[in-house]
Amino acid sequence: MTSPSSAGPASGAAKSAGGIDWLFLVAVLAIAAALARVIYYTPFEAVQGPAQKIFYLHLPAALDAFMAFGVVAISGIAYLWLGDLRLDRAAESSAEVGVVFTTVVLVTGPLWARPVWGTWWTWDARLTLTLFLWFIYVGYLVLRGAIDDRALRARYSAILGILGSLLIPFIHLSVYLFRTLHPRPIVIKPSAPSLPPEMLTTLAISFVAFTLFYLALVRQRYRLATERDLLELEEGR
Amino acid sequence: MITAQGLSRRFGGRTAVHDVTFSLAAGDVLAIFGPNGAGKTTLLRMLAGLLKPSEGTGSVAGVTLPGGAELRAAIGYISHASMLYGALSARENIELAAKLFGVRDPRGRSTRALERMELHDRADTPVRLLSRGMQQRVSIARATVHDPLVVLLDEPFTGLDDSGSAALGAHLAMLRATGTTLVLVTHSIAEGLALATHAAIMRNGALVRLEKGEAIDPATYLTVYREHVTHGA
Amino acid sequence: MAPSTLSAAFLIARKDLAIEFRTRTAFFSAAVFALLGIVIFYFAWDPTAVASIDLAPGVLWAIFTFSGLLGLQRSFGIEQADRAIDALLGAPITRESIYLGKAMANLVFVAAVQVIAIPAVQLFYGVPLLENAALLALIALLAAIGLVAVGTLFSAMAVNTKLAEMLLPVLSLPFFVPVVIPAAQATARLIAGRPGSEIVGWLKLLVAFDIVFVAACTLAFPFTIEE
Repeated sequence: MTSPSSAGPASGAAKSAGGIDWLFLVAVLAIAAALARVIYYTPFEAVQGPAQKIFYLHLPAALDAFMAFGVVAISGIAYLWLGDLRLDRAAESSAEVGVVFTTVVLVTGPLWARPVWGTWWTWDARLTLTLFLWFIYVGYLVLRGAIDDRALRARYSAILGILGSLLIPFIHLSVYLFRTLHPRPIVIKPSAPSLPPEMLTTLAISFVAFTLFYLALVRQRYRLATERDLLELEEGR
Repeated sequence: MITAQGLSRRFGGRTAVHDVTFSLAAGDVLAIFGPNGAGKTTLLRMLAGLLKPSEGTGSVAGVTLPGGAELRAAIGYISHASMLYGALSARENIELAAKLFGVRDPRGRSTRALERMELHDRADTPVRLLSRGMQQRVSIARATVHDPLVVLLDEPFTGLDDSGSAALGAHLAMLRATGTTLVLVTHSIAEGLALATHAAIMRNGALVRLEKGEAIDPATYLTVYREHVTHGA
Repeated sequence: MAPSTLSAAFLIARKDLAIEFRTRTAFFSAAVFALLGIVIFYFAWDPTAVASIDLAPGVLWAIFTFSGLLGLQRSFGIEQADRAIDALLGAPITRESIYLGKAMANLVFVAAVQVIAIPAVQLFYGVPLLENAALLALIALLAAIGLVAVGTLFSAMAVNTKLAEMLLPVLSLPFFVPVVIPAAQATARLIAGRPGSEIVGWLKLLVAFDIVFVAACTLAFPFTIEE
């Protein structure tokens, strides 16, 4: 009575129980290295000063947060097509890690805004979109928590993931149109295009580090999901 | 009329129905007995085209399972839930079913169905105000208004008192008399055997015993049933 | 001959509306809720600091989503009782027709609540909504379609979960945002007498949302009930 989806746990559990999670270790080291680079080896930005350095955490986290949702949506489509529960476990893992990354963006955003622009929240278009991404993630996780039936949970989550990914461009458009018609007196965020090379390098290093960390966390979470599903199968749920 | 070959259905890791094989001709009545959780409802829902089989093949009224609209058009499905809209009257519930099944002259057919089930004097009362026994009659009328070739019944005797059970038994005998093939899942061995041409016992998803009517001795069947169910013979 | 998708959808829509008309509880609850909300919001602001004409569009469309949710909750609730949904699923009709029928009934429900809410906002906030009745009706219709498209699908899902009533708002509200923003912005410009060119952009956004989500939800619906 073994199916492909239950062949995973044995090998996965052995790896994490017996050996070291190398990916996780590498990811943590990468983040440490990126932080060191941000703090010590990257020049200050002329106008904003030290606070601007939060940007090197803020932007990569944002990119990975949205990418994580892309993984949720694509895994969802693939699950509806193929019916393999492994795809749903991948979606579930990416969603939980994604919501954490989104929270990081929503925390670093105000931390950056306050010293530079004087207020905690500015309804900046991209940050607002990230706020809605957070709400969509939360809805997704609440939905998962509210369904006991394994197959139903996977199917409904896939639907919500796909619809959520369709929603993002509409929210972006609505908020963008709203903002261009309601110009803020505050100078809008400085963006990437005119960054000098050292800053771009720091940004790239930081992005790689955060993405490695995302992958390591998702893999851990995926193993947890696989073991939990196996346990539920054995309990006859 | 109905064939099943190795029908199985799994939910996650749990096998609800395992390797069920049988065959019924038009006009046969199969009574399926078994304890709770034996997989009887799951089997019935597969035959109704509401659930896809995980393994095996089957056909109902010439349509291969799971079938689609074509299969559903030939089947009437009755369960212990009434499947009625409480706020609507018996007539409205039956007419809605008639229209959804694309029946010609839905109003006329509904009226005749109401008369057959002796419901004409309460036809326009909201269904939630009717007794359980009457609701069951409305359910049967609703499920048969399109003259299905096969009627599947999931524990229809549940919640009925003696007179209600007797009335239901009579109505099912009437159905049988019209040549409809019936599959009846029930806990009630006496009522089931009274109608059946074939009797089966299900346990843990498998059909452990199947026999034709003539061979069944109602007096001893209860003992046989208990043996299978408690001792797993 | 089994009915076509559209015929079956109309049958189901009529059935839902007949049931609602008999009991009327959901409609009255939603209408009274809307009125209460409209009134309460009036007192939530300092009238000397914020003119009610500025407040009105936002209140109208925010209340629209909350009162709409009350009606949407019921949509699949009536199918759960006594497993009436099994009777629909057992009929030789397409699954999409079930979604479309219920969405149409929900549309009528939401429109009926708006018929009460819009004059109420005009009355309590003193804004000339009804002078632009045709254009306002268009905004309301487009907004209602968007609301109902997503809300009907989520209602079908929520009813099968452990937290049905709580889940529906949590899932739906983010999806109502691209409906509320254009509707409120278009309404504000309408009552301020702005030229049509300023309103058309918002209407296009609503139309795009409606097309995308009616299509996506119709396609997604069979997955919510297949087994």
